[in-house]
Amino acid sequence: MTDSTTTYDAIVVGGGHNGLVNAGYLAKAGLRTLVLEKNDLVGGAAITEELVPGFSFTTFSYALSLLRPEIIHELDLVEHGFLPLMMPSSFHPTGDGGYLLLGDDHGQNVQEIRRHSRHDADAYDRYHHDLDRVCQAIQPLFDNAPPNVFGKDPEDQADVAWLLDHLDGVEQKVMHDVVRLLTGSAADWLDDYFEHEAVKGFHASSSIIGSKVGPMSPGSGLVLLFHKMGEHDGHLGSWAFHKGGNGGFTQVLARAASAYGAEIRVGAQVSSVLTSEGRAVGVALEDGTELRAPVVVSALDARRTFLDLVDPRQLPGDLVENVQRTKYRGVSAKVNFALDGLPVFPALPDTVDHYGGFLNIGPTIEYVERAFDASKYGWYSERPFIDAAIQSVVDPDMAPPGKHVMSCFVQYAPYELRGSDWDTERDRFADKAQAVLESHFPGFGDLVLHREVVTPVDIERRTGLTEGNIFAGEFLAPQMYFFRPAPGWSQYRTPIDGYYQCGSGTHPGGCVIGSPGKLASKRILADLRR
Amino acid sequence: MIRTTPFHERLSALNTEGLYTHWQGHLSALRYTHAPKHEYFAVRNGVGVFDTSPLFKYRIHGPDAERFLAGVLTRDVRRCRPGQAQYTLWCDDRGFVMEDGVVFRHSQNDFLLTAARPNLGWFADLVGRLRVAVEDVSDDYGILAVQGPRSRMVLSGLATEADTLPFFGQTQTKIGSAPVTLSRTGYTGDLGFEVTVERDHALDVLDAILEAGRPHSIRPFGEDALMMLRIEAGLPLVDVEWTNSRLAFTDHDRVTPSELGMGWMLRGLAEDDRAFVGGAAIRRELAERSSRWAAVGVLVDWEHWDALHREAGLLPSKDEHPLGYESVLHDRATTEGGAQVGYVTSFFYSPVLQRHVGLARVRPEHAAPGTEVHLEIALNHANTTVRARTARTPLFNPARKTAKP
Repeated sequence: MTDSTTTYDAIVVGGGHNGLVNAGYLAKAGLRTLVLEKNDLVGGAAITEELVPGFSFTTFSYALSLLRPEIIHELDLVEHGFLPLMMPSSFHPTGDGGYLLLGDDHGQNVQEIRRHSRHDADAYDRYHHDLDRVCQAIQPLFDNAPPNVFGKDPEDQADVAWLLDHLDGVEQKVMHDVVRLLTGSAADWLDDYFEHEAVKGFHASSSIIGSKVGPMSPGSGLVLLFHKMGEHDGHLGSWAFHKGGNGGFTQVLARAASAYGAEIRVGAQVSSVLTSEGRAVGVALEDGTELRAPVVVSALDARRTFLDLVDPRQLPGDLVENVQRTKYRGVSAKVNFALDGLPVFPALPDTVDHYGGFLNIGPTIEYVERAFDASKYGWYSERPFIDAAIQSVVDPDMAPPGKHVMSCFVQYAPYELRGSDWDTERDRFADKAQAVLESHFPGFGDLVLHREVVTPVDIERRTGLTEGNIFAGEFLAPQMYFFRPAPGWSQYRTPIDGYYQCGSGTHPGGCVIGSPGKLASKRILADLRR
Repeated sequence: MIRTTPFHERLSALNTEGLYTHWQGHLSALRYTHAPKHEYFAVRNGVGVFDTSPLFKYRIHGPDAERFLAGVLTRDVRRCRPGQAQYTLWCDDRGFVMEDGVVFRHSQNDFLLTAARPNLGWFADLVGRLRVAVEDVSDDYGILAVQGPRSRMVLSGLATEADTLPFFGQTQTKIGSAPVTLSRTGYTGDLGFEVTVERDHALDVLDAILEAGRPHSIRPFGEDALMMLRIEAGLPLVDVEWTNSRLAFTDHDRVTPSELGMGWMLRGLAEDDRAFVGGAAIRRELAERSSRWAAVGVLVDWEHWDALHREAGLLPSKDEHPLGYESVLHDRATTEGGAQVGYVTSFFYSPVLQRHVGLARVRPEHAAPGTEVHLEIALNHANTTVRARTARTPLFNPARKTAKP
């Protein structure tokens, strides 16, 4: 059946944050835009759910940093409730009962580092300055579509000239640091600055998030750099907690897109993109409904965009091959808790200051590397790395008065288990994570009112992210920039006219960044003007 | 010798920084933790307490109290009924603002007026033959501001009146066994209350509020956070936005109520015949439209701000700490021959508005909201201008601030 009552200028498949950003820009430009979301709630992997009355869980994505600031203004998000709350501290137990606690006062942070290592006190400044310089050099690449270096037409050549000109202006040292980060390991990079194991361990944690690498693996430097590219109120590498969690943020996006006139339908699973004579003409839903639009944008990952929604036989063979060999290999899980009260860290019994931000449970590089080892052989970590946050400390509306919610991002949990499966292992795995928490916060288990376990398989089932990879494609050098999601197709178009891609699997996704949605909208609007 | 407030003993124990400023001879915390922005968010998204005790407090009572205040305060105090409070100004005889404060009307003939600076002599000299006493009771009371979206939740468990108090309402009640004045007032532009309590009961009341607030993550906030809050709220501060007219050297440093953005206080003034200090000059200014300045907010063009910094090889700074100095506003970029049209008195990066904002005065013809202005900033030690637009104040104005309970 054809829903002939309405036709649209553009249909966005997938109401994750990039789909909503894309729809917001398209609607703002005057396009009659429809967003189709398969679940009953928009947000994709950035949702907040009240699983227990009064307790709001950030089921998947749990904090905000990479979001490009211009999107906040261009989509007028403040007007629709955008409110990133400061996470005032970072807490890193050192595994021996001690801790490293960093906050918002630079001088105090230097003394805190110095308490562990006098050597590392000035390295701390040098480290962040060098990384800031790298971010400064890379930022223009983040804010523009990757040039098509394989293209021959004048527009492509102008893009390449722009890139070369930009890189030409980058200092030699900074360029060398860029390459060291993009190709090397976080452990090697950190060794050049720090000597203390806990200080290194603290800084290494962002080098493995969402990726099947250990901090000693080449490639972990790239993951570290990517996370440093984020910012909160101008502070590079700094994270915020959005009011109501990342689901609160995607609700803001949905309101903004709606205010520009976009229509959002939930519970609407798209089964295929309709084409006619090599052009996209609309979509078909699972229930048989057909909706028409000359522009269809997939906010899904590359595998679903190219192999599920369209017939891969319509596509060039090399693209299909590249999409098929793209690495996903999710290794991340969530174990989220509703707590009856705040956990107690024995060395800091009478304060809550250490719960203002991330609790980084991965004392040393070696600890995290050993946690990684298991995943290479198809099993989860005996003692996993945990990036935790007691979000109700920052936003009291997340839990009833005096109670708390705690988000725990747990690694490593490989998508494919050898000799078992996730439905069997779910609780045993969560027990391992909880045992690690218990070892740092004695009595933790007594506080647990509810536990939610989200395995890579659950991530895939609920959000559609292939193999539960939270970035919609691993952060590996051959899968970044002009190779993201596939060589020759990094500019948000597809081989099918009128069919576009805007998901986290395109540059500069993943993370909650918004840029793929924005940059894709620029491509679409430019094409429509031709 | 520096003095301490009635809440100091307890609040100083919560202060991990040891950072204080001196506020009218009292220790006043700049911040309680390493992160003043976190304290700021207590007020914008939870609940925080601020010790505002160093304010001067004057009790004005007697059969002619209303008549007296109607003759010295700029805003018509006769419209403030018992059980209400009123934000007000007082001016010199040329219609220039001296100071501001809040007047609490406890009964027909009994008022309490707060002031940031000592003013007893000035008020007392104006009493003449009226049957009114003006008493300095500054040291007798502590005032604790309880501010933020959860402030009502915290206080209503201690005094049920919090549930029904309207914006700028006030009432006599008890917290524990201590008599207090509970008012829906504050200096943050958010939902909030102030508790005025006799010195001897101050710690008991503070303890009760902190205890009730604990499940709501109540936090004390210091002056750093207060400055951020009050700029967003469009609330001017003496010695920052203006100088007491009697202490200014030139008229450049003096402002009239209209020039301070308080024209709304003067509504109906032309039609009534209330005689008050400065009244004739103010009526003349209104009639002749002779105000030199209009008070506006300023919103900086984020894109231009970022671009200027990037071109200069700098990371765009987004600093929530207000600038300690004034900046000049031009009608066009200085590189394009811009001429001065105003000046910014307070300026910072607002976390809730996600942009640089300021409080400013501009020539009246540039005051319409959205007028383009160019703000002088120094980058790499050279002055340049960044594009901005004028805006109405308050810059941040949540519905909960004035909402009926």
